[in-house]
Amino acid sequence: MTYQLETAQHPETLRRVAIDPVSRVEGHGKVTILLDDQNKVHQVRLHIVEFRGFEKFIQGRPYWEVPVMVQRLCGICPVSHHLAASKALDVIVGAKKLTATAEKMRRLMHYGQMLQSHALHFFHLCSPDLLFGFDSDVTKRNIVGVAMAHPETAKRGVLLRKFGQEVIRVTAGKRVHGTGAIPGGVNKALTVAERDELLKDIYHIVQWSRDAVHLIQKVHTQDPGLYNSFGIFRSNFMSIVGNNGDLDFYHGTLRARDDNGKIIFDHVDYQQYNQYIEEEVRPWSYMKFPFFKSLGKDHGWYKVGPLARVQNCNQISTPFAEHERKEFVDYAGGSPMHAPLAYHWTRMIEMLHAAEVIKELLHDDDLLGSDLVVEGERQMEGVGVIEAPRGTLFHHYQVDENDLITMANLIVSTTNNNQAMNEAIRHVARRYLHGHEVTEGLLNHIEVAIRAFDPCLSCATHALGKMPLEVELVDPEGRIVHSLSRS
Amino acid sequence: MSHTFTLDGKVIPFVDGQTIIQAASAAGVFIPHLCYHPEFKPHGSCKLCTVKVNGRHTASCTMRAAPGMVVESETEEINAERRALTQMLFVEGNHFCPSCEKSGNCQLQATAYHLGMMSPHYDHFFPNRAVDASHPEVLLDFNRCILCSLCVRASRDVDGKNVFGLSGRGIKTHLIVNAKSGQLADTDFTLDDKAAQVCPVGVILKKRRGFAVPIGERKFDKAPISETADTTEGR
Ligand code: SF4
Ligand code: FES
Repeated sequence: MTYQLETAQHPETLRRVAIDPVSRVEGHGKVTILLDDQNKVHQVRLHIVEFRGFEKFIQGRPYWEVPVMVQRLCGICPVSHHLAASKALDVIVGAKKLTATAEKMRRLMHYGQMLQSHALHFFHLCSPDLLFGFDSDVTKRNIVGVAMAHPETAKRGVLLRKFGQEVIRVTAGKRVHGTGAIPGGVNKALTVAERDELLKDIYHIVQWSRDAVHLIQKVHTQDPGLYNSFGIFRSNFMSIVGNNGDLDFYHGTLRARDDNGKIIFDHVDYQQYNQYIEEEVRPWSYMKFPFFKSLGKDHGWYKVGPLARVQNCNQISTPFAEHERKEFVDYAGGSPMHAPLAYHWTRMIEMLHAAEVIKELLHDDDLLGSDLVVEGERQMEGVGVIEAPRGTLFHHYQVDENDLITMANLIVSTTNNNQAMNEAIRHVARRYLHGHEVTEGLLNHIEVAIRAFDPCLSCATHALGKMPLEVELVDPEGRIVHSLSRS
Repeated sequence: MSHTFTLDGKVIPFVDGQTIIQAASAAGVFIPHLCYHPEFKPHGSCKLCTVKVNGRHTASCTMRAAPGMVVESETEEINAERRALTQMLFVEGNHFCPSCEKSGNCQLQATAYHLGMMSPHYDHFFPNRAVDASHPEVLLDFNRCILCSLCVRASRDVDGKNVFGLSGRGIKTHLIVNAKSGQLADTDFTLDDKAAQVCPVGVILKKRRGFAVPIGERKFDKAPISETADTTEGR
């Protein structure tokens, strides 16, 4: 757990390879690679341009606007921010325990979000790489190519996502930027008609999710040489876990393990997160680097997201997903799997779990209830944590006696994975970048590594992989020696 | 004595003393407006209610109806002018609809929809206006004030308190709270004042109530403002 390759000894004499922007990762990211005269990799950094102005922007705003406002942070998973903020504000308004209707409506919303986000990520963004190979023809390696070669798979991807969006629409009020959760509860319950509409589809949604797990399992296990080692690094990992150590995306306590799976901390009330986690600022990156205080900066970084969660929990409460979890753990051979490409497998296990939970909830009459909001003794400070599709998401607010926000701190999933993504790219660069030509294949390997984490880089408009990609090889004086672009 | 005039070709009856907008709304015909409120003396400042009477522009909230008048309202020309006025109101303040509690109940937003406003068109001023959160029950978010003076009139004429005032001239005009500190907490304002109910936009808001009614189920979500009989109801 050291950061070789983060900072080169004599950067002045090195050439820089810039990959900007990373195609098919949502939003903007940049990878810089410094090479020496022998074209050996000397320094690798992933720069993510993150909009940090937001925490300032909401200072001075009334707290009840926050759950709606924070959704503007992210075009792919606004629901995660909406719910994490609402959970923090539950604490502020003294709502210690939500009504059953409120808690289940929010859970349904969140699991719908999980389903749609995981389906989008897997089918639209990653299945082209996984089905055609990382070096395959770039003009076919996109969802359109998948639709031609595997029409059934592509169609299911679209419909799984659509179902998830429908769940969000009926729980949040709108498909994007809804207002369903409010401090202390929700503003609507489910109607019988809405429930019956969803019930029509949920059984095949569960079945398709099972098929998706089997698809990625097959792809992974057929090529262990690649899938078990590509971009690999070992690290600690963290997530929230629910009651009895169940996999839980909506609520629980913080648990962290080391790279061997040994518990570092467990049952931590997330109101106290900042006694366990600290964020380091590094001069070259806008995005902070969080780490476990007890282990320090050098050894305390960790990964979050599906691969962390599925291996951090004791079990999964739904039968099909639990069966798949056991298969995965068996395959990993009794100790934690660290291969970045295993994120895809675990992501599909989570999608299956989300589908099964939605199915259970749709049979629960609490969702039709009318008791929506509670409140209690007003507090000045609150933390809300949720397992977002890409990993643990923290929202922390302080509110003054006039009800205005005085402090906001957010740690988003991608920030939690910052060091981990850097490590994966370093590994890939070391392994695949030799010579002084930057080839499509090399670029793709880096992108595949980044995409495994599904970083949340702001907006979903480039989902078709049409984003132009430019690569420049720059000499120490800043002259472009070689460049390659595609669109 | 009852007479008639025509509004966009439709015959509108009126009684002596009625303004054009009063007669029109009694007849169920909508004329866009922001500073007009049926319970208050007209202010005539926003100019959204502008119509053409016998070929001349005039504010229908201040102009008394007269027999035989030929009034034009829903014409492309007049609506283009109204649209421009609305766009100016949007850029003069900070109107961030997605997280505004008034969204869906806001008369400015509903009017913009009615006029087919697709973008603010002009450059935003992005004024820097702090909120006044000093009062225990009510928040004032000056970012959204369109200076319609309804709260001023309501507080003075109905509540007898004179809590609000408009200060400055022209583009510098702004809403003030009549207290030495300038803070709402230092006035005798209460939540059941008429002035707490009249704001057409999201300035004067009951505290701690956010999005209890889902977006999509609000007044102007259900029917456009032109078909909402009482635009002031539910404020
Ligand atoms: S606060 Fe509301 S009612 Fe008062 S002048 Fe401004 S917009 Fe009009
Ligand atoms: S409504 Fe007539 S001028 Fe404002």
